[in-house]
Amino acid sequence: MTDKKEWPLWEVFIRSQHGLAHRHVGSLHAPDAEMAIMNARDVYTRRNEGVSIWVVKASEIAASSPSEKGPLFDPANSKVYRHPTFYEIPEELGHM
Amino acid sequence: MYAQMVKTGVDHIQSKEEMSPEERAFQDRVDADIKIEPKEWMPEAYRKTLIRQISQHAHSEIIGMQPEGNWITRAPTLERKAILLAKVQDEAGHGLYLYCAAETLGVSRDELLEQLNSGKAKYSSIFNYPTLTWADIGAIGWLVDGAAIMNQVPLQRCSYGPYSRAMVRICKEESFHQRQGYDIMMKLAKGTPEQKAMAQDALNRWWWPSLMMFGPSDAESVHSAQSMRWKIKINSNDELRQKFVDQTVPQAEYLGLTVPDPDLKWNAERGHYDFGAVNWDEFYQVVAGNGPCNRQRLRTRVKAYEEGRWVREAADAYAAKKAARAQVKAA
Ligand SMILES: [Fe+2]
Ligand SMILES: [Fe+2]
Repeated sequence: MTDKKEWPLWEVFIRSQHGLAHRHVGSLHAPDAEMAIMNARDVYTRRNEGVSIWVVKASEIAASSPSEKGPLFDPANSKVYRHPTFYEIPEELGHM
Repeated sequence: MYAQMVKTGVDHIQSKEEMSPEERAFQDRVDADIKIEPKEWMPEAYRKTLIRQISQHAHSEIIGMQPEGNWITRAPTLERKAILLAKVQDEAGHGLYLYCAAETLGVSRDELLEQLNSGKAKYSSIFNYPTLTWADIGAIGWLVDGAAIMNQVPLQRCSYGPYSRAMVRICKEESFHQRQGYDIMMKLAKGTPEQKAMAQDALNRWWWPSLMMFGPSDAESVHSAQSMRWKIKINSNDELRQKFVDQTVPQAEYLGLTVPDPDLKWNAERGHYDFGAVNWDEFYQVVAGNGPCNRQRLRTRVKAYEEGRWVREAADAYAAKKAARAQVKAA
């Protein structure tokens, strides 16, 4: 009863009004990029949620593997000196 | 609810000792309110139950467009028509957010649509009732969307990331739905005696089916217990139904309408309204396909799908032509 060939899946990224970076909002199916943008407008920006849309084929996204989360992010764990709170600055200096 | 009586495939709740190390680690994360994301390890029963629940929810949004769509061409004013169109379009959007959440669990959109179109998939019982008058559009927004909100607000905190994020988007849009419905009811209740009678008639017909939306009592259900443990169900059906009654009765009183339940009474001791018994035979009949509109809903759905085929094929042909042209240019 359904079509044989499914339209590719596109991941949708929207830049909101506030000048922020594009942010992932969800996905949708469309035959090509042009239609994906039109559909994204209807599905994800019905209330002025965006001023710019990016779409990218889900199959084109490379992702880190959840099972390697440990080894991938471990190196940052030990580097506490990357945070400002690592350093004690005399209070009389005021804000730094 | 929009997903009523979701089976989990389990026959008892496992103790932590019975679980494999992976299952235990998973449950610990859920207990600690850490969201589960696609591609992370999850028990097969959790994945399958979520697909069932999210797709039932999605199908309900899609079928739910029909009873209201029935009145778009006959809305009493142009403004009401524009509002109703926007509301029905939102419901299509809700269906799409939810289908894409379900797809992250490894099911394809085509499979989901096939299940809906073939009549294999369930959707909420409420959408098998007819919309006979304009007042029904008011009653649906007020009661049906109101009941949906009751269920969807806690689901924003559910354990599965994509489902939870879809719920956040949906909840933002639902309050417009409920308010526009109540606005219609207010207008009718303050109108001529005939208009007020229309509002009362709509309340009479939609009240009990709305209470059925929460599903039968699941206090004893192992499926509900399991779903709650997984945090893909947050409250029991009875709890939500009581909350809905407590919230809605004063709203009916404000309209000057009577809730069609002779047993409805404030219980000061409990701090809740007592209410009469729901006719669960009717509910099971509707779920089994014998409600007033089951066949019509499915027929309309399949017809829309079939009649849209040429559009999908044209879009495909256009995409293929453009891709071929781009290849020639590149060569
Ligand atoms: Fe909805
Ligand atoms: Fe709604």
